[in-house]
Amino acid sequence: MEETTVQTEHMAKYRKSNLWKQVFRRLVKNKMAMTGLGFLIFIFVFCMIGPFFSPYANGGVDAININQPPSAEHWLGTDALGRDVLTRLMEAGRISLTVGLGAMVMSVFIGTLLGVLAGFYQGIVDQIIMRTADVLMTIPGLPLLFIMAAVMSEWKVPAENRLYIVMVMLSIVGWSGLARLVRSQILSLREREYMHATESLGLRDRRKLFVHLLPNIVPLLIVVGTLSVGGAILSESVLSYFGLGVVPPTASWGNMINAANSLIDFQNRPWLWIPPGVAIFLTVISINLLGDGLRDAIDPKMKSR
Amino acid sequence: MSDNTILDVKKLSTHFFTENGVVKAVNDVSFSVSEGQTVCIVGESGCGKSVTAMSIMRLIEDPPGKIVDGEILFQDKDLIHASKKDLRRLRGNDISMIFQEPMSSLNPVLTIGEQITEPLFEHRLLTKKQAKQEAIKLIELVGIGRSNEIFHSYPHQLSGGMLQRIMIAIALSCDPLLLIADEPTTALDVTIQAQILELLKEIKEERNMSMLLITHDLGVVAEVADYVVVMYAGKVIEQGSVLDIFKDPKHPYTQGLLQSKPVLNQRKKRLYSIPGQVPNLIDLKPSCYFYDRCEHRMSICGGSIPEKMEVDDNHQVACWLYEKEEVRT
Ligand SMILES: Nc1ncnc2c1ncn2[C@@H]1O[C@H](COP(=O)(O)OP(=O)(O)OP(=O)(O)O)[C@@H](O)[C@H]1O
Ligand code: SF4
Ligand SMILES: [Mg+2]
Repeated sequence: MEETTVQTEHMAKYRKSNLWKQVFRRLVKNKMAMTGLGFLIFIFVFCMIGPFFSPYANGGVDAININQPPSAEHWLGTDALGRDVLTRLMEAGRISLTVGLGAMVMSVFIGTLLGVLAGFYQGIVDQIIMRTADVLMTIPGLPLLFIMAAVMSEWKVPAENRLYIVMVMLSIVGWSGLARLVRSQILSLREREYMHATESLGLRDRRKLFVHLLPNIVPLLIVVGTLSVGGAILSESVLSYFGLGVVPPTASWGNMINAANSLIDFQNRPWLWIPPGVAIFLTVISINLLGDGLRDAIDPKMKSR
Repeated sequence: MSDNTILDVKKLSTHFFTENGVVKAVNDVSFSVSEGQTVCIVGESGCGKSVTAMSIMRLIEDPPGKIVDGEILFQDKDLIHASKKDLRRLRGNDISMIFQEPMSSLNPVLTIGEQITEPLFEHRLLTKKQAKQEAIKLIELVGIGRSNEIFHSYPHQLSGGMLQRIMIAIALSCDPLLLIADEPTTALDVTIQAQILELLKEIKEERNMSMLLITHDLGVVAEVADYVVVMYAGKVIEQGSVLDIFKDPKHPYTQGLLQSKPVLNQRKKRLYSIPGQVPNLIDLKPSCYFYDRCEHRMSICGGSIPEKMEVDDNHQVACWLYEKEEVRT
């Protein structure tokens, strides 16, 4: 008797995780997505752990060895201040990845919250939220970011805190698309019979929203969230390239490319801009491959529901 | 019996204001349910049974629907003017409802356990552990073994009959005084139907709960009802005790319904269908709504709506045939 209950308990747990296991199995079969995931893991380890093994960590300036091409001591050469480019690439990666992830988390949070509220309460709440989203979506993202960044530059934020400002800016620009998607899902979910049933059970709105509706949109959030990290990294790079995002001495991939903004540097010192450029390119591509793979892995299950 | 009335519906009218006109889905409906009693509402599809139930739960969506007239008293509390908060406290707690489609009435991404425990958290303020114990008990109460496994499964892993049992468990979780069941067995196959009905009957008796059962299956009525309300085109055309209705149906429509099979304790899938169509609820003429299909129609029937009148103790009918009788005696 004891044994059978333990067994059934175990079976139930197995089934509970089964849905996600299926997704995982489908994802693993997707070679492109796995390549993307593999590269992301690599770049993550590279950036987060790499600097600990570098003798040039913490941006040591070396006035003698400026603008050196790649060599045995400096695998990717040195920059105009004599800093090791490889080490800087890793440190910049930390910042760029952090900004990308942070901006994603914030914009997913804002987008989900506002989308859920708009879809659930409709009426005036919906109007206010969706008109704001419309406005944000009609203004092209980059000019808007430039304007915000210019305004914020006036505030004299210390360089090491600029990355948080960038995250906030990116999430302000980035939430609207997700909010729209979430809202339309909620609109259709709230008409489901089980939502009417929650009404007849006298459940509070809080329960209806967070217990009943939110789990239904988790797959959407995962896919959109993953894909948005790529966009955030790109936007951060562009802003930083123009000196409006993360500013030196804090390194980011974007402002590293900026170091090569003169034609002479561009032509004669490709080790300054090719590594960060390649890092941005490969990271963003990998994120997109993984995001697409996740969408494909999750979709069939959503259909079968 | 009437001194322990739990639910009293008086002259309830619920209309839908649509583009094509006003749909008088429920039109001057009155009945009451007392403690431990089972009242059945019967009638053809579209006659306003569900709208009546939804009106009592105050779940009519406004717009387009609106309760335009009448009173709904639950334990002498006026539900029509109750605040949102009061209604929320009442629903799932004092009045519970089960629906026709158990498959779609449960959230596919939540486990059965998560869904049974919700009203327990909401209304009875139990802790997680207590709620789980209670949920396991409820699952066993509705006759499902392996309660622990069921607690952790998802709706798509269970059959329709099991899901309907789960819906009943959820509805019973806070020990309601009144259970409203809107065609709880229609979506299930016949053998399961009988089991679910038996379960409802048992539980109802055990707990001395009142039940408002909506159905168009006269077999169900014969099996569980104490009192029957027959609706036609949004109106009550006859109501009385189950014996009165089955032994001595007065209204031609009720007689038609029972014509093919008035035998108690015998089940039948569908109503005997009376020739003709239910009138459009949008532009009802001031006549007996059954006029077009009635074999006994008279000239007066086409000109004015018959009032409900007492033909016997607690047996009322709305038909001109009996008006004359009453006037005569
Ligand atoms: N939201 C709505 N808008 C307009 N009309 C409605 C709405 N809901 C119900 N009605 C109308 O009210 C009438 C009664 O519907 P109701 O659902 O109560 O029928 P029913 O007796 O429960 O039928 P069934 O046996 O098919 O469930 C129908 O004619 C229907 O068209
Ligand atoms: S009132 Fe007339 S038409 Fe209507 S049911 Fe009675 S006899 Fe038939
Ligand atoms: Mg109905």
